[in-house]
Amino acid sequence: MPIGVKTLFSPGHTACAGCGQAIGARLVLDTAGPNTIIANNTGCLEVFSTKFPETAWGVPWIHSLFENAAAVASGIEAALKYLGIKDKINVIAQAGDGGTADIGLQALSGMLERGHDILYVCYDNEAYMNTGIQRSGLTPFESNTTTSPPGKESLGNPRPKKPMPEIAAAHGIPYVATASVGYPQDLQKKVKKALSIKGPKYLQVHVPCPLGWRHLSNLTFDIAKLAVECGLYPLVEIENGKLSQVRKLVKIKPVEEYLKPQGRFKHIMSLPEQIKAVQQIADNNIEHYGLKS
Amino acid sequence: MKQFLEGSRAVAEAVKLCKPGVISAYPITPQTHIVEDLAQIIADGELKAEFVNVESEHSAASVVLGSAACGVRSFTATSSQGFLLMIEVLFNIAGMRIPLVMTCANRAISAPLSIWNDQQDSMTARDSGWIQLYAENNQEAVDFHIQAYKISENKDVMLPVMVCMDGFILTHGAEVVDMPDAAEVDKFLPPFNLIDKLDINSPKTLGAFADPNYYMEARYAMQAANENALKVIPKVADEFKQIFGRHSGGLVEAYKIDDAEQVIVAMGSIVGTIKETVDELRAQGKRVGVLKIITYRPFPRNEIIRALKDVPEVAVLEKAVSLGNTGPLYSELRADILGKGKCSKISGFIIGLGGRDITKESIKEVFGSLSKEETACKFIGLKEE
Repeated sequence: MPIGVKTLFSPGHTACAGCGQAIGARLVLDTAGPNTIIANNTGCLEVFSTKFPETAWGVPWIHSLFENAAAVASGIEAALKYLGIKDKINVIAQAGDGGTADIGLQALSGMLERGHDILYVCYDNEAYMNTGIQRSGLTPFESNTTTSPPGKESLGNPRPKKPMPEIAAAHGIPYVATASVGYPQDLQKKVKKALSIKGPKYLQVHVPCPLGWRHLSNLTFDIAKLAVECGLYPLVEIENGKLSQVRKLVKIKPVEEYLKPQGRFKHIMSLPEQIKAVQQIADNNIEHYGLKS
Repeated sequence: MKQFLEGSRAVAEAVKLCKPGVISAYPITPQTHIVEDLAQIIADGELKAEFVNVESEHSAASVVLGSAACGVRSFTATSSQGFLLMIEVLFNIAGMRIPLVMTCANRAISAPLSIWNDQQDSMTARDSGWIQLYAENNQEAVDFHIQAYKISENKDVMLPVMVCMDGFILTHGAEVVDMPDAAEVDKFLPPFNLIDKLDINSPKTLGAFADPNYYMEARYAMQAANENALKVIPKVADEFKQIFGRHSGGLVEAYKIDDAEQVIVAMGSIVGTIKETVDELRAQGKRVGVLKIITYRPFPRNEIIRALKDVPEVAVLEKAVSLGNTGPLYSELRADILGKGKCSKISGFIIGLGGRDITKESIKEVFGSLSKEETACKFIGLKEE
């Protein structure tokens, strides 16, 4: 961040160098602005930004537990409605992928179903990074995590990512989108759009984790972009259950370019069949979302 | 005004008088009537509040955590399994020092599944930092809810309060209760004014994490707040009496113990049965009494010691057991009073688990056995097979 630029998410926190989530959180909050209240699940973001007595947050911010940010945010929204000031204030619930797709899914589903006017942001770094890189429901196929390690009998995580955007969209909510820190302007545009819509919104932001993905910390943006460019992380918008926008890919890159700089896929780089299997996931995305320009 | 009301209805009316802005709950027997009544009260426009129907008790507690953190008075209620599902959040609410009031409609814990009454559910949260008040009857349930907000929101306390009332026995039992007047409740209970809250005009971070340099101080502050509550709770009961004219609440209630040779210590609706038994035994010339623990957390150690100092034989009757040890109240009370007065025998009894009836005969059996050998954890009323 250039010196002199004002932000509501102050530097000086303890995130790792190149942390995608820290960049994503700052982009989201600075787009939302000061009239925002945040409920944060337990996770990296909470830990690196609020070590007592310090805080990085320039807006009212609350952390309760691992799985309940969506419910805490529901209570905040209800309180603001009771006070008659909801229309002036954005309520954002935010969590990592584990807090969203696994342990927090029930609370999130409740929040979406009840129609609260809340933007839920999932910072997807594709594993439980705060506890040391364990597999989550959003860990990609064949990724090496500490609880899905490759070995004689294993090729890493055996399952593809849980389709969270579709699960959120199936609640019939007005706005669902995926974004990436590799495309900051697109991310900010989506935050702005989401906050202009009343009701529950779900935004899933792809945020590389140099430590967990084992890539160089100066490659965060490049890796994030490659995930989109190869079709493994499609940037889409789903409005009222219908796919409304996709980011078209001018030149589709092979998944190998994305996998290669990351240590978490090192064990499959010499296995063409496995790379092909990952390529198949990307090809399916390209077909399913119509990503070809 | 005196009214003949079901306990749940009376509590719902009492909560209405406290004017919460957000109520959130998930249905579980026997808590349901309380929140159903509140939902209807809101639907009828008698109370301006947001009622949030959640998908679990974990979320019910989380919703009221969030709303109370905005400075809006909030309420929830649960029982049994719902209580257990909530318990992670309950510890968190207390640790975050968020003033809240909840009802625990006491019910047994599974397995085996049982919808009937005992107090094993709320007992599991005795180390959570919540203040626990146990009601003997519906009048107390009403009065305690109103007092609970005042205790919880006291700046020297700032701890959540749960009002425990025996499921079915109180929640579904109809009694005459003197419902407080709305204007008088307003006089007694000022509007909720939370200083550290979620407010865009004064951004604050709530729920920061504490490393070893700070965690212990935060827990110490909770312990100190509990000590403060021991002073605040009787004061609130006094203020309540000044406005509403009846004494209700406080830490303990002694019934006919001044010259007593045997005293039973108990909590909740069972105390009513014990009082009646005491009256009958007194008519036969037996010097017996009962000490009711109203406030179980914080534990009113000094008041208990003072009340029992001249009593040679004490029995603790409780609807909960710390499996593998004894009843929880028994072990705490024994540690506190042993060697501090004339008490030579303290026996513990487990009674009424999972809705097993408690009769005056079983209470008499307890009094009758006190002079014999001490028992630490005797189950009363087991089937003989």
